Amino acid sequence: MSEPEHYTLTVNGEEHAVSDAWIGESLLYVLRERLGLPGSKGACEQGECGSCTVYVDNAAVCSCLVMAATAVGTQIATVEGLNQDGSLTDVQQAFVNEGAVQCGFCTPGLVMAVHHLLDHNDSPNEQQIKEALSGNICRCTGYGRIFAAVESVISVRKNTSS
Amino acid sequence: MPVFIPSSLNEATQLLSKNPSAHLVTGGTDLMVEVNFNHRHPETVIALRNISEFQLWNVDHTAGLVHIGSSVPYATMEHGDLAKVLPALAEAARTVGSPQIRAAGSLGGNLGTCSPAGDSLPVLSALDAVVHLQSNTAIRSVPFSEFMVGPKRNSRLPDEIITGVSIPMTNGWQGYAKVGVRNAMVISVASVCLAIHDGRVRVALGSVGPTIIRCTESEEWLNAIGLENVDHLLAKEFGEHVRAESRPIDDHRSTAEYRRHAVGVLAARLLLRGVQK
Amino acid sequence: MTITKTQRDILGSSALRPDGISKVQGGFAFSSDLHAENMLWGATLRSPHPYARIVSIDVSGAWNISGVECVITAEDVPGQLTYGLISEDQPVFAKEFVRYMGEPIAAVAADHPETCRRALAAITVVYELLTPLTNPEHAIDGTHEPIHPDGNIIRRQQIVHGDINATGPIVVEGTYDIGMQDQAFLGTESALAIPDHDGAGIEVFVATQWLHEDRKQMAKCLGLPEEKVRLVLGGVGGAFGAREDISLQVHTALLAMRTSRPVKMQYGREESFFGHVHRHPAQIWMRHHATTDGRIVKIEARFVFDGGAYSSTSSAVLINGVTHTQGPYQCPNAIVDGYAVRTNNPPCGAMRGFGVVQACFAHEGQMDKLAAATGIDEVEIRLRNIIRTGDPMITGQILESVAPIERCIRETAAMPLPAEMAQQPHELDLPGGSGRTADRRNIVRGIGWGVSMKNLMYSEGFDDYSTARCTLTNGSVELKFATSEVGQGFVTLAPQIARSVLGVDNVTYDTIDTQIGSAGSTSASRQTWMSGGAVDGACRMVRERLFEHVGAIHNVDPLRLAIDDTDIIDTMGTLRISVQEASANFSVSETYEYHHRTTEDLDENGQGNCHVAFAFVAHRAVVDVDVELGLVKVVQIATAQDVGRVLNPMSVIGQIEGGIAQGLGLAVMEEIIVTNGVVRNPSFTDYLLPTALDAPVVLISMIEEPDPQAPMGAKGVGEAPCISVTPAIVAAIRNATGKTIDRCPVRPQDICF
Repeated sequence: MSEPEHYTLTVNGEEHAVSDAWIGESLLYVLRERLGLPGSKGACEQGECGSCTVYVDNAAVCSCLVMAATAVGTQIATVEGLNQDGSLTDVQQAFVNEGAVQCGFCTPGLVMAVHHLLDHNDSPNEQQIKEALSGNICRCTGYGRIFAAVESVISVRKNTSS
Repeated sequence: MPVFIPSSLNEATQLLSKNPSAHLVTGGTDLMVEVNFNHRHPETVIALRNISEFQLWNVDHTAGLVHIGSSVPYATMEHGDLAKVLPALAEAARTVGSPQIRAAGSLGGNLGTCSPAGDSLPVLSALDAVVHLQSNTAIRSVPFSEFMVGPKRNSRLPDEIITGVSIPMTNGWQGYAKVGVRNAMVISVASVCLAIHDGRVRVALGSVGPTIIRCTESEEWLNAIGLENVDHLLAKEFGEHVRAESRPIDDHRSTAEYRRHAVGVLAARLLLRGVQK
Repeated sequence: MTITKTQRDILGSSALRPDGISKVQGGFAFSSDLHAENMLWGATLRSPHPYARIVSIDVSGAWNISGVECVITAEDVPGQLTYGLISEDQPVFAKEFVRYMGEPIAAVAADHPETCRRALAAITVVYELLTPLTNPEHAIDGTHEPIHPDGNIIRRQQIVHGDINATGPIVVEGTYDIGMQDQAFLGTESALAIPDHDGAGIEVFVATQWLHEDRKQMAKCLGLPEEKVRLVLGGVGGAFGAREDISLQVHTALLAMRTSRPVKMQYGREESFFGHVHRHPAQIWMRHHATTDGRIVKIEARFVFDGGAYSSTSSAVLINGVTHTQGPYQCPNAIVDGYAVRTNNPPCGAMRGFGVVQACFAHEGQMDKLAAATGIDEVEIRLRNIIRTGDPMITGQILESVAPIERCIRETAAMPLPAEMAQQPHELDLPGGSGRTADRRNIVRGIGWGVSMKNLMYSEGFDDYSTARCTLTNGSVELKFATSEVGQGFVTLAPQIARSVLGVDNVTYDTIDTQIGSAGSTSASRQTWMSGGAVDGACRMVRERLFEHVGAIHNVDPLRLAIDDTDIIDTMGTLRISVQEASANFSVSETYEYHHRTTEDLDENGQGNCHVAFAFVAHRAVVDVDVELGLVKVVQIATAQDVGRVLNPMSVIGQIEGGIAQGLGLAVMEEIIVTNGVVRNPSFTDYLLPTALDAPVVLISMIEEPDPQAPMGAKGVGEAPCISVTPAIVAAIRNATGKTIDRCPVRPQDICF
């Protein structure tokens, strides 16, 4: 194999050293296999399912399509970093309460996508919600309970802030 | 160290001239698919994420041009001021992959890959965009029609980096439509960009030939008749002219017959939208 | 003092998933998340050809790569060389022939997935290409030589019922084509195998549908006694039938045993498409004879299921298909001929719906043709024909299940239709979505219907059972079962059962593994009935022992005791004691094996009581179609489903909405495209799954008429949602376009040309 890679990534606010890595490793691979952060999932390796969604400098992207070594110097956020104290965010709690989780494989990616949507738009309409989540495939739920979870978060946040 | 993250364009072009086989990457949405599927084995990579001028876009009102840096993500093109000046590009950008892909993908990538299914390419063709390239030794600008030379083949020289695109604004309507079998996240089966400038129509087609097809024959035919005469019947005939200029193939996504039919229908519909009928 | 009663998570409540929190945090361990010290990665070499003779395999190149620890082929399989769910006809590794594109030939273990890839590339296989058998008719007419020692016909089954010469004045026929659908679970195949230190056994963590069946097949191929092969369920990222057959289990275990190190194997998406069986593509011809008022007189049918290279469960899929020829309708006379054949196309097997999806697509297309031919409304014609409890089916079996089909249809029909499309619709509400292909004036709306019945559990005399253990100690219950949780929510239901039966709230479940008897497969809509029945049975046995204990202490006849909320009460006296208190210093554990009633084989005329029970469902679809471009948006699905009893409303809704999405996929977008045995679209780029923007509005009625056969009155709900929704959508497309479309998925060119 080609010359091994050594670099540092900043994930969820912490620096992580990566050594003896192969150049072609995606950020998803490095997170899961080297940095002990298996929360992001891989289901397609080509950006067609969203299970691997992470934030890189506040953009929600597919980590399977980020060459890990090129993410040096960026701020990476994964599902594990949503709440550092182990408690659930309101989005996560809503997913549990509304039955939006069945097998759970798409769930971390969806949670990240929903948080990203609501961070940038606190009252998305139905089409905006669907379009924002159109890059996250769920095979189990048919999306109905996922939409219900998102709507419940929006509603609670609105009532809390008013 | 096989991965370089230069912080300036000069640094990048120097690195490329020293490492001519290096892979250039910004969003990674094409390159990493190839790597993940074992079709490409990069030895050296030059990441362009930190080159600030690639992330910028601006409007030169005097020249009537929009300059877009090669790393500006599709997500930026979908909304706001950039979408206002280039609505067809905004519509095309919106259909690229998924929100996650749109946060990372860019015109630099679409042009670097140069697939006939590249969603933005019909827009660049119809609007007569110019592609800017830079190497260690030269700066070059190439009209899109000369840049894309074949399926996944462009005229970029090995030591050149795509720095950005200049797109002339139109004083008339512009729009884009793309056919896919699903309502989101689809590779284009057929796509059309139609733009009106100085009362004359331009039409470019995607996914129906080895390159983006600029329908010069159809344009001339319709422009000779005059856009003020467009009605449903004329639009349909226009569609048939467009259809005749397409050169689609059968593949696992669709048939040549359907693609030919689809571009004809889309061209007619876009024309009617353009003249507000 | 007021006591606030909190709602307990007993049967009937939408109890939350116990694994929900770990799943939303990303901490839930799917089998692909597992690691072990000193672990190697495994990978599989697969045939690029659909049919070829293997001339030679040279693995020396792989052994020469630094980091490679093991390379194995058929020569290295210590036990039985083949496996299979019904017939053991599928090689662990191809030896003389490869019979489908993707068939495994060799496997490697190495220090990094990239090393594995290079090792596979360094293995040289010389093939003599053969002409593949790809047309199922050639398997039947014998024009292609046998591609397997077992021959090209996997099974043939005829059904002859009543007077096959009966006719009716109305005759409609059609030939229906159902494409190859993929289960496309998100969590791809993965396993971690850890060999015992003494090398005499192995522990394997795997995502699967049936631990014990996997173990049985693995033990045979590894040449080990079953008790030396221990399986533990790794978190499963969906199944839908694709995990019923083994895929990487033997390969991973064998690499681990040969290297004496843990080995992890994980498929990428492309490999996953090749690594599991798919839904059988089928061609079904049906001819219905009816009276002028639309009553079915006779059905003639011919089914051809393309089973691909190996038999898997094709034989059972065929039976499901042909025995559901009549659908949920009375049919006094029938003659059916059905084939499951072997070809060099990808192997097919279990997928949610299991043969009935295909049959239903055909019989519902026929009902619509009957409606058109008689001038009778498509809802009315179905109501006129519905089967009732006590009626015979075309197998001669009397329908004993509760059968509220009329309610299914009427309640669905009563659901409001969606509002007319807005004059200025949002672009995302139009077919074509953000592609902006349509304007309002290009759209036509259509409505269509589908009704189906679906057998529950396994059939044809298979003695299916499930096992569970309940242990009560100090007011807490621990359950043990081998029931594979694939997302459907059994781990939510099982504690609900225990809470209801025993009056405790604190219920946990132990690791799901082979340290207890089999629970059978998570398939066939069977787990609520079978494993729920086992948990229910074990809990009842524990309750009996608890009542004996309390009765003895308090000198009360145990038969008088009952559970009231979280207390034990004397129904004819004043005793009330909390279960907590009653079980202090008392520990009891009972294991129960639940069997359903026996069924029979079918005879050569397809007659026999071969099914256990049935559930019914109706779907109404509303679609908007851009007729010129052939693009479809499914706007609304209304459904009323016969569920027996709702044990967890949220879980049932989840199954219904999820199943509808899969049926929608088969209707308009999902198909594995195979040309001359070559798979053209093994990726999510080109095998399209419904996204959030494709999801319709779903209106649901859950019809509760408890079935006395079912242990808790509840029928299985997993499959019914994906069965008649597909013909409903296609019928709606026909209604919108006026076209005769007898295939699914419907492609744009099927609509616009």
